[in-house]
Amino acid sequence: MPSTTDPRTLQDLSRAGRHDASVDSAHGGARDRTSTATPSGGTAQVIAPDGSRHAHPELDPWLEDVDDALLRQLYTDMAVARRVDAESTALQRQGQIGLWPPLLGQEAAQVGSAHALRGDDFVFSSYREHAVALVRGIAPADLLRVWRGVVGSGWDPYAARMAPMQVIIGAQTLHATGYAVGLLVERATGPGGSPAWGGPPSDGVERTSAVVSYFGDGATSQGDVHEAMTFAATWSAPVVFFCQNNQWAISEPVALQSKVPLVERARGYGMPGVRVDGNDVLAVLAATRQALHRARTGGGPTLIEAVTYRMGPHTTADDPTRYRTSADVDAWRALDPVDRFAAHLRGLGVLDDAAEQAAQDTCDAVAAALRSGISGTPDPSWEAVFEHVYAEPHATVAAERDAYARYLDGFADGADGAEQREGRR
Amino acid sequence: MSGTTFAGALNTGLRRALADDEKVVLLGEDIGRLGGVFRVTDRLQREFGPYRVIDTPLAESGILGTAVGMAWRGLRPVVEIQFDGFVQPAFDQIVNQVAKMHARTGGRVRMPLTVRIPVAGGIGAAEHHSESPEAYFVHTAGLRVVSVSNPQDACTMLRQAIACDDPVIFFEPKRLYHVKGEVELEDLATAAPMSAARVVRPGDDVSVVTWGSHVATALDAAEALADDGVSVEVVDLRSLSPWDVEAVTASVRRTGRLVVVHEGARQGGVGAEICATVTETCFADLAAPPLRVTGHDVPYPPAKLERHQLPDLDRVCHGVDQVLGRAPLDPRAVAVSAATHQGQGSPAGAAPSGATSDGTAADAEDDGVTHRAVAVHDGQEVAA
Repeated sequence: MPSTTDPRTLQDLSRAGRHDASVDSAHGGARDRTSTATPSGGTAQVIAPDGSRHAHPELDPWLEDVDDALLRQLYTDMAVARRVDAESTALQRQGQIGLWPPLLGQEAAQVGSAHALRGDDFVFSSYREHAVALVRGIAPADLLRVWRGVVGSGWDPYAARMAPMQVIIGAQTLHATGYAVGLLVERATGPGGSPAWGGPPSDGVERTSAVVSYFGDGATSQGDVHEAMTFAATWSAPVVFFCQNNQWAISEPVALQSKVPLVERARGYGMPGVRVDGNDVLAVLAATRQALHRARTGGGPTLIEAVTYRMGPHTTADDPTRYRTSADVDAWRALDPVDRFAAHLRGLGVLDDAAEQAAQDTCDAVAAALRSGISGTPDPSWEAVFEHVYAEPHATVAAERDAYARYLDGFADGADGAEQREGRR
Repeated sequence: MSGTTFAGALNTGLRRALADDEKVVLLGEDIGRLGGVFRVTDRLQREFGPYRVIDTPLAESGILGTAVGMAWRGLRPVVEIQFDGFVQPAFDQIVNQVAKMHARTGGRVRMPLTVRIPVAGGIGAAEHHSESPEAYFVHTAGLRVVSVSNPQDACTMLRQAIACDDPVIFFEPKRLYHVKGEVELEDLATAAPMSAARVVRPGDDVSVVTWGSHVATALDAAEALADDGVSVEVVDLRSLSPWDVEAVTASVRRTGRLVVVHEGARQGGVGAEICATVTETCFADLAAPPLRVTGHDVPYPPAKLERHQLPDLDRVCHGVDQVLGRAPLDPRAVAVSAATHQGQGSPAGAAPSGATSDGTAADAEDDGVTHRAVAVHDGQEVAA
């Protein structure tokens, strides 16, 4: 990976995307509102759908250090993410969790971008970034605890350096920007502080960590996303806006969110934008690495549009057959990120039957741990309702907690109030 | 009058907070070079630099949302919303993010944010510049809400809000910005807690509970009523969430009567919460139904009409007269009371046209509950 100033810019890549015929037709407006863009030569890509590797002058420098071990790790992580996803859908069907938003089809976009992150970077995600969480080291069972309804956050966000999932789809882009501004404030006001915004041009030295904000194509219509990009660009905040354009916001196609390819919006804010094949894990890794490098060296934010496809429903409560055709899904199935990367690795000789078996063994072990880790998890005790509403003592909450405790005390010893109320009906 | 203006007191408080804790950062629109449209942040950017006193793009959700991210990073952001009506674009971030982050993360992530909002009317301003949105925030668990009434509290409570590990919505009544008073940098360890109400004028006959600029209105009314022989206790609530139930109920238990004064709309307002709680906890001590003197349930009117919207000395005096039985109650209250007490002794204040104002007192047995009835005649409390 280049560590000095890189003269190449990703605007070049977005320019390429802008002239891509399939993109233009996909965003052509009312004529065909349900068709979706397929990644093609106009979108930055290094692995073709058939698994063949082709050179890419912009991205290849960011992949120079990728060795066989990392290739296998990327593959295993994608396979594990897919398995955790399938297992979670099954657990929802079994009633172990209440809801699940599948990531099927988005493994490369998430695993590739997450592998570009350093341990000291921070992630503010949406609600479907399960693979990002897994790469950050979050246990699969912890990932599911929110969906089981037992906690608000399944993990310690400061330990994982990843905020809990965000259901308000655009809010986290502002949190990421603010966190990035916090990094700039620390740099400017700390020992040997130097101007963070409006300062000298970047010398290519990485001086801060960076922040990545994940969001979807639907979120790009939210005002918060616009405000986040405005703030981040004018402040040169070290943040990467990673948009997974999975073509669908529940039933609404991306054409209903934007008349132009999403990446084109970057230019209006004054930041680089790159449109990358979101089903190509190496292209995503490279593009994210370059954007993070730019952020850490004072170059400000980048918008990455990772073009991918949500192969499954929006959530386990959704029925996508009501709004999209099987032909649309089949077209994208041919572009499957895991199959593509497996073909690539087999072509390289990095993935053989033994390595494939090893990956599947890992998936089996993770799945077993997930099932045992989440199934039968007891409900929290009632006191948790009143915990952590405030950091400092609060008379109202204390009084209501005490009143509820007295109320519960009126029931038989050891019985939970809810059970008693059930009995009264 | 000598001393420091309310705005200057806020400036002093902010300067001290910036100096005391390097994690404190200010952000908002026009707060840097200009010093804020009310000059509350005057000279602070020059003293502390553009990374501690940050001018933002003009987007309130963006300001609050980035402040959330800064708090995630460990900073203590102090946000200035330029005018009350401009906080609504940030409502989502405040209600869904700021208020809930601590609970969502099981206490791991703190939101020590202060959101300063110039609030309320009385200055002849344009639309969206005279709102009283306190009830929205009081209704939201996870937030603390305060409203200050004088320069000393402005300085001290702002420093307390910034030092607090919870998010605080900090209301600054615009009418008070140029009011002067003596201000000292109090020791926060010994200063009155931010959540404590304060009795600013003791009295025996009626408790008037209010906050912000209407503390002055209530004090004026109390002075006028004293000439009339009525002893009014004025309680400056100071903190609206949590609010000081003990101080208010202690006052009402003594006086038997409550008038809550606020400028915001009546329906679902903070006065409703106070009256309901007092009724629930002090029912047997009440000599009259608790009463609210508030803004009407209408959009804030154009400047030339705002005097009809704002509680003033006469409306507060009228409210006190009503709970004393010296003026008729709201017809709705009369109708309900009349139905409830049909054929029974009528508590003071429940009867139309001050039926007990003949100087007698009556104890009425109603389902075993004794209603203490007190009447005032010629300024003398006659019986209890």
